Amino acid sequence: MQSSEYVLQMDGIGKEYHGNRVLSGVDLHLKPGEIHGIVGENGAGKSTLMNILFGMSVIQSTGGHEGVVKIDGKPSSIHSPVDAMNLGIGMVHQEFMLIPGFSITENIKLNREQTKPNLVSRVFGKDMRTLDRVAMGKDARQALDTLDMNIDQWVTIAGLPVGHMQFIEIAREIDKTNLKVLVFDEPTAVLTESEAVNLLKAMKDIAKRGIAILFITHRLQEIIDVCDRITVLRDGKMVAVKEQKETSIHQLAELMIGNKVGEVMRSKKKDVCTEPVILSIKNLKVAMSGEEVKNVSLEVHRGEIIGIGGLAGQGKLGIANGIMGLHPASGEVIYEGESFKLNDTIHALERGMAFVSEDRRSVGLLLDSSIEQNIAFTAMQRQEKYLRTIAFLKQANKKEIRSLAQQMIKDLDIRCTGPTQMTRRLSGGNQQKVCIARALCLNPKLLFVSEPTRGIDVGAKKLVLQTLVRLSEDLGMTIVMTSSELAELISVCDRIAIVTEGKIAGILKPTDSQVEFGLMMAGAKDGST
Amino acid sequence: MAVHEITKQFSLKEALKTFGLPRIIIVLFLITLWVVSMSLEIPFPQLLSDTLVRWGMNGVLVLAMVPSIMAGTGLYFGLPVGIICGLIGGLLAIELNLVGFTAFFAAILFSIPLAMIAGWGYGWMMNRLKGSEMTVATYIGFSIVSLMCIFWAMAPFKSPEMAWPIGRGLRVTISLASRYDKILNDFLSFRIFGIYIPTGLLIFFLGMCLLVKFFFTTKVGIALKASGENPRFSQASGVHVDSMRIIGNIFSTVLGAIGILVYSQSFGFLQLYTAPLFMGFLAAASILIGGASIKKASILHVLLGTFLFQGLLVVSLPVANKVATLGSLAEISRIIVSNGVILYALAQKSGD
Repeated sequence: MQSSEYVLQMDGIGKEYHGNRVLSGVDLHLKPGEIHGIVGENGAGKSTLMNILFGMSVIQSTGGHEGVVKIDGKPSSIHSPVDAMNLGIGMVHQEFMLIPGFSITENIKLNREQTKPNLVSRVFGKDMRTLDRVAMGKDARQALDTLDMNIDQWVTIAGLPVGHMQFIEIAREIDKTNLKVLVFDEPTAVLTESEAVNLLKAMKDIAKRGIAILFITHRLQEIIDVCDRITVLRDGKMVAVKEQKETSIHQLAELMIGNKVGEVMRSKKKDVCTEPVILSIKNLKVAMSGEEVKNVSLEVHRGEIIGIGGLAGQGKLGIANGIMGLHPASGEVIYEGESFKLNDTIHALERGMAFVSEDRRSVGLLLDSSIEQNIAFTAMQRQEKYLRTIAFLKQANKKEIRSLAQQMIKDLDIRCTGPTQMTRRLSGGNQQKVCIARALCLNPKLLFVSEPTRGIDVGAKKLVLQTLVRLSEDLGMTIVMTSSELAELISVCDRIAIVTEGKIAGILKPTDSQVEFGLMMAGAKDGST
Repeated sequence: MAVHEITKQFSLKEALKTFGLPRIIIVLFLITLWVVSMSLEIPFPQLLSDTLVRWGMNGVLVLAMVPSIMAGTGLYFGLPVGIICGLIGGLLAIELNLVGFTAFFAAILFSIPLAMIAGWGYGWMMNRLKGSEMTVATYIGFSIVSLMCIFWAMAPFKSPEMAWPIGRGLRVTISLASRYDKILNDFLSFRIFGIYIPTGLLIFFLGMCLLVKFFFTTKVGIALKASGENPRFSQASGVHVDSMRIIGNIFSTVLGAIGILVYSQSFGFLQLYTAPLFMGFLAAASILIGGASIKKASILHVLLGTFLFQGLLVVSLPVANKVATLGSLAEISRIIVSNGVILYALAQKSGD
């Protein structure tokens, strides 16, 4: 048997989804007992890399991957999560995969139960064996003790605090006797500070037993605290592998963000703070699952393009959705000097706001209706435009709608077969232009645009951003643009507010350094200005 | 700058695909039956006449499916609710001793407010049962029919045409012979090549279709359609999705009420008690044969589907009687076709 210095070796890993390259030439080497950190922005390729390691079906069904994965020096082909488990690779999930009605022991031992033969099993085979509850309890106890958890192993999961659940997930993994590599995917995201400290300590203990740990997190401080080595990914490429001693949070932040000076789209940015405030938000809370806004206060000045950035799941998307009344919100909002009613979409639209949703396909479009119907819909329903009255009935004015659609198709360069084409058949970029056209029909004073370039190709991206700049410069529209892509915020916005953990971490200028953006997004305290 | 025209090449395969496999099969089946019927010397003009009459008489009932589907509440299995409102309207017209067109239109006028109230209640219930509308609707239909059985038996109508000669309550079938039997069918009707054309009936049916079509070009109609297609989109445009669903169901219920009156004048009888029980399924099967799904329906689906379904029923009875002398064969084939089509459509639910 060939032995190796590394327990896990991933060499030259690459992956393409339908011609769209998401990962290329990534090498990852893990020694036994090492804690290895992986950092990167959203979309840097972290999850794809993990999906490859676990043989997830998204990888297999889209034509596999490039490169070799070696376990203990032996090339291994991992085609399913079961293969990964058999090879000794375990994972602590971000969303807990526990059965609430089962006890801790039952959860730890699920599908790996110790059994005793009985009369029935002798006839009908192994599946009918009795559980050896005593042995199972003993093993579970041992795993819990390793983690310093003095909780009874027969308590049911339901009702336990979140922190405990996380530890039970870990206990389940370390109970597997062949465990060699354990992956932690954003384990501290849901934990309180003291729970997070405990978790990091447990990770160190586990590593001491010779198990290699892969640690994925946005929190650079934690990476620096526990990791031996750190791999930085950016845009699907491996940017650097650093020893913990040789690096700093600053350096990691810089590596992670990279030199993101996008193409400058605006000649001169405004000094906006002299303009009057058009929208003032105080203590906004929005219950949007996955993008919860916990406490946001923000002032938007007339005529500016303000960017809202931050990592996924931190709550940046919730702000626009909350103000437009699409998700339950509370707080105090003043718009154009008058109080503003939250949780009321009609009110928001009538006060001159418009919203281009981040969820194009399920909120932004009527996919099975024509382009012209999509464009005119909101203006027709809310502003009584493009209607004619027959007797007492308001009927859609086909002629006006048609000429409106043709105008928009021309102005925004929507590539289509004509105004009657179904929006489902359009490409992502052209669908986005239809969404923007619909918002423009309302002649809004304040436009919320969320993730305007998500899922569209490079050429279309530029056109969409140029359109936004034009609206601001020609029409003086105030624009609140939410985006995960820092580069585009920097190239378009006058100011950029960074949201972390449901709060505004700070407001930066596009000219501020990359490091500052990186630190603020990673939630490092000293990054705020 | 210019609109980029992408020329679409016509292909037979594409055309057949949009027409849909089930429709191709049914059209072929219908044509086969027609050929067989001719070889069995069943008079073809008679078959076609019957098909036209049944097309018009069932058409409005099938049309009642459209607003409900468009509003996103699925197939209108609550059709018995509308039917019962229509029947009450019809009974009131007889009780007031009206005859002819007056009776027919009075019946419609009486039934509309009833249907609006019933439709509102039905729509309200649909809003509380989002996600399982069609299952619940089926049982609402069943329950209301049973409940009304008690009502029919106790109803205080006095007219000797309707009440049992002894005791209380209404008869199971009430003849319209002296009221408005075939009043639409015979209006301006004529024969051509031995085929009877029920002009008035067809005009009324097509008129109702145009009315529905017009509704979907109005502001409310467009909002209703959008609410069905994408509730989250409509909500983001400040449309009250729930109200739209209620309006859709009110509209469906009113059409159901009118539909049964059209049906009854052609049939010649008002049928009470359990008669409305399965009408919802037949109407649902018709529109599905026409190419509608539980999320999308158009007037074309109504016209095509009703014609195919009724054409099939009309021709299968005499053919089945000649081929095998099993009495209930036609009924069996009808049940197989209608339920089979409903099953097919429901299985397609996740496919789109």
